[in-house]
Amino acid sequence: MHFIPYVWLIPVFPLIGFVINGLLGKSLSKGKVGTIGTVAVGLSFALTVAVFLEYLRLPAAAKPVEVVVYNWLASGSFSVNVAFLVDPLSLVMLLVVSGVSTLIHLYSTGYMHDDPGFPRFFAYLNLFVCFMLILVGANNFLMMFVGWEGVGLCSYLLIGYWYEKKSASDAGKKAFVVNRVGDYGFLLGMFVIFWTFGTLNFREVFSLAAQYPVGSGIITAATLLLFVGATGKSAQIPLYTWLPDAMEGPTPVSALIHAATMVTAGVYMVARCSALYVLAPTSLAVVAVIGCATAIFAASMGTCQFDIKRILAYSTVSQLGYMFLACGVGAFVSGIFHLMTHAFFKALLFLGAGSISHALAGELDIRLMGNLRHKIPITYKTFLIATLAIAGIFPFAGFFSKDEILMYALINGNVWLWLTATVAACITAFYMFRAVYMVFFGESRVPHHVEHHIHESPPSMTIPLMALAFLSVVGGWINFPIIPGAQKFHDFLSPAIAPLGHEAHLAISAELGLMAFSMAVAAVGIYIAYKFYLVSPEIPGWLAEKFPVIYDVVYHKYYVDEIYDYLIVEPIKVGSTLLWTEVDDKVVDGTVNGSAGVVAWLSEHLRRLETGFVQNYAMAIVLGVTLVVGYLLG
Amino acid sequence: MQLPILSLLILLPLAGVVVLIFMNREDDKRLKLFTLAVMVAEFLLSLPLWFRFDDANPGMQFVERYNWLPQYGISYFVGVDGFSILLVMLTTFLGPMAVLATWEDIKDRVKEFMICLLALSSGMIGVFVALDLFLFYVFWEVMLIPMYLLIGIWGNPARRVYAAIKFFLYTMFGSLLMLVAILVLYFYGGKVTGTYTFDLLKLYGLNIPFKMQFWMFLAFGLAFAIKVPMFPFHTWLPDAHTEAPTVGSVILAAVLLKMGTYGFLRFNMPLFPQAALYFVPLFSILAIIGIIYGALVSMVQKDLKRLVAFSSVSHLGFVMLGLFTYNVQGIQGGIIQMINHGLSTGALFFCVGCLYERRHTRMIADFGGIATVMPVFATIFMIVTLSSIGLPGLNGFIGEFLILLGTFKENKIYAALAGTGVIFAACYMLWMFQRAIFGEVDKEENRQLTDLSAREIAVFVPILLFIVWIGVYPNTFLNKTKATTEHFVALMEKAKATQVTSLSHVFKGEAQ
Repeated sequence: MHFIPYVWLIPVFPLIGFVINGLLGKSLSKGKVGTIGTVAVGLSFALTVAVFLEYLRLPAAAKPVEVVVYNWLASGSFSVNVAFLVDPLSLVMLLVVSGVSTLIHLYSTGYMHDDPGFPRFFAYLNLFVCFMLILVGANNFLMMFVGWEGVGLCSYLLIGYWYEKKSASDAGKKAFVVNRVGDYGFLLGMFVIFWTFGTLNFREVFSLAAQYPVGSGIITAATLLLFVGATGKSAQIPLYTWLPDAMEGPTPVSALIHAATMVTAGVYMVARCSALYVLAPTSLAVVAVIGCATAIFAASMGTCQFDIKRILAYSTVSQLGYMFLACGVGAFVSGIFHLMTHAFFKALLFLGAGSISHALAGELDIRLMGNLRHKIPITYKTFLIATLAIAGIFPFAGFFSKDEILMYALINGNVWLWLTATVAACITAFYMFRAVYMVFFGESRVPHHVEHHIHESPPSMTIPLMALAFLSVVGGWINFPIIPGAQKFHDFLSPAIAPLGHEAHLAISAELGLMAFSMAVAAVGIYIAYKFYLVSPEIPGWLAEKFPVIYDVVYHKYYVDEIYDYLIVEPIKVGSTLLWTEVDDKVVDGTVNGSAGVVAWLSEHLRRLETGFVQNYAMAIVLGVTLVVGYLLG
Repeated sequence: MQLPILSLLILLPLAGVVVLIFMNREDDKRLKLFTLAVMVAEFLLSLPLWFRFDDANPGMQFVERYNWLPQYGISYFVGVDGFSILLVMLTTFLGPMAVLATWEDIKDRVKEFMICLLALSSGMIGVFVALDLFLFYVFWEVMLIPMYLLIGIWGNPARRVYAAIKFFLYTMFGSLLMLVAILVLYFYGGKVTGTYTFDLLKLYGLNIPFKMQFWMFLAFGLAFAIKVPMFPFHTWLPDAHTEAPTVGSVILAAVLLKMGTYGFLRFNMPLFPQAALYFVPLFSILAIIGIIYGALVSMVQKDLKRLVAFSSVSHLGFVMLGLFTYNVQGIQGGIIQMINHGLSTGALFFCVGCLYERRHTRMIADFGGIATVMPVFATIFMIVTLSSIGLPGLNGFIGEFLILLGTFKENKIYAALAGTGVIFAACYMLWMFQRAIFGEVDKEENRQLTDLSAREIAVFVPILLFIVWIGVYPNTFLNKTKATTEHFVALMEKAKATQVTSLSHVFKGEAQ
């Protein structure tokens, strides 16, 4: 049985789920709706696995495979197919997306059980998976863009899922508009690519680009424009502001869309275009610097948040920064590796947060938690595993991927990138353990009326937690460093990634030294958190009082939202109002109505010419026409 | 012998008018049913046009020509090609839906209303198929009257007369200059070739001197630019849209505005190619101003209909930008965008109409939380909104993408500026949607609103079908316009050989 030719069915299954739940969901029972939604995505996962296994068996000459479904859009020399590219990179992404999605769908059947919009939720979630699979499966830029904007739409719909809440619909709209700014860059990038290479097919573009010299202006322009798109979708400076607000959506949405899958689309896109980026050192430098800056900037904001989902949101922004840093220093495989491990442990953290708030009747403020580790043990253990993973502790998954990034930042990049990223890693360990200590240890600060309701979540929620915890432990082992032949992930992905002309390697001793150092850095972060939030909980308050300005600025997220409002949003609103009331009504329309007024005034005075004799009018018309015709012909 | 489909399409609604005149004015239901039947018949009649249209033929098809006033070179000459086929189909397609949408809306003088509607259909088809300038002008002017009546009689009582007169005078003003230009063309053609004719295809071949092209382009162009409407000739549009009854707005937006863009494509560009090339910067920049200006002004509107009206200015700016690229992508994108705008904006006006029928207000602030009380409506409105802001997978994206792609080839800065319109579109549409549809039901009057009736859903479903179809498989429609567009682009390429870039020597020559 051949599965690869049916790769197009992978996004079709969730699409069918979307149609069924969207149209008929209201008349179906919740159990059926949940089953349809979950099975649809599960089928995608199963098919992806089948395709993956078949791909492994293909002879090297037959790889990669393109599966054309139909010609989508043709106009003149422009032609784009609906077609899929089956190669290591898309397979990794398809596996991660469909696998994590299946778990999160399962989790949602429990988490969203009492929500009246249950069918709508599953319809949106299925639609999201469909677009996400299109995004990562596409064989050309335009189809990728379809998925790209499509996931943006679903993100908008799901952030604003509780649309009665103004803050939710505000956040959805903000996400969409900010993403559109990025998409605008993506669109222009596609135009540059098409009019340079005459095609939007990935493989054709990349092979044509190989003839261009390193540093060519046109490729630099294209890659920078595409990266604008990535900063929007993957929440990087300067377009990251929508992601923390996106936490208004239900928690499974935050886990799936705003942690594990959609927000990584930018990283995937950059890795997919590695063949272009390696030709544009300027763009790579921009990617690395933006990624690194975002990593530390977002991490610093994570330290002062009290909403557990917002802590995780800033941490996502920060971790995405690491992935871009990896791409920027040419370590695309490491970027994708971290993307994958991050998908496991960050989805787990969010689902854990959901399980915590489920136990506490919806509470998200960590100041109102504490000492929960015995009451919700599964949630606690899995959450702790994920936290160890994100903090980069051996042998959890995050250790391997983050360590690779730090190493490449040093050897392909420079010491400043490495140092910044290392400090960010320390901060990450700090704020994540801050959350762990405040939620699971110390004194219980849970309000009394909630206290006796606390319960562990149902199996539909804990099973995904445990599955993801397993992956958060072992997920990194597929790319074990140092030991020869153990870098399976790297070996698998390499054919899909363009190498950076100069490959540097470290001596084993140096590599081991770096690992030990980054472990030590993480340990420092954990120790500070332990000291601040368990041993002497008065220190943070004392610090905040001692440095009120710094605390205030960080607590208010550097006032970036306010600055954007003041500099961009308000001027556009005020300007548009002026354009309407002053320019359109008074100037443009005023001229029109004014000229009518002039005519009226003239006619008052020219009335005498109105003799009432038709011949006179006819005469005037003939004269007029003759004059004009005469002038033009003469 | 081939069935004279085009003539039948023009005559069938007129025959309907004659029958209506003799029908009982009291029996509203029967009047509506009869009109609906005529519109459905009209649509069915137009189907062979679609299926028998030869995609590979760039020239005129289904041609009919009868002498009318041979002594003046006037004939009844009609035909369709890739530029007009989609517009004719759009017109016949929207006909039945227009009648359905008026079912509850119009209660007063139903008979006259239906007569206007049918007369309008006939006139619109006529404009799109006429290939004789005189015939075209007749249809062009005749069409104004029923539209004028629709706004003036069945419009919003407060300002309908102002809006109707403004609409009429403004478009009339442009048309008169066009009439002069038509006559000049006629006499010039006669002088040069010896035969006086209004036959458009013959006039295409005239090698008109640039100086004359220059003025003629402006004279035709003004008439069409007003109709489109291009910035700064757009101010009649928000008034006309706001005051017109729902179906008036729908037809105005979906079909009437396209006469302007179609006019450029059919008359201005092929008749005066050198001038058309010369004016690219002016018209492109006006189009871009329209895109951004329309979007920004749209953003701050408080009235739903005005918001949609200004969004039309923005969308039509895209169409104009595409047409003036003179490359295949730009023009095919422009044409498909005409259809997209017809479907999306038509549907948007239907949506506003649904709300208006229930609440008798169009102010955004009077709504809120509609998704809770009218979930089906909210879903449909959402899809239409997404189509309007160019979401990939739906129709609007195809048009905007091709237009921007074509524009980027000719001028990167134009494309970059126009592209910002895509961002603003998301802003104004989603903000409106949020205020009107999302949120809590905070107004007592909105609590009891009923969701869409079967009739209303029947209006939307066919439109939604095409919104998705064009988005998912646009080649069905692009194939129809391909041959004609490629032929036209080749002509414009040839014209570039003798392109005039500076006016100074042209007009200096005249002074001496």
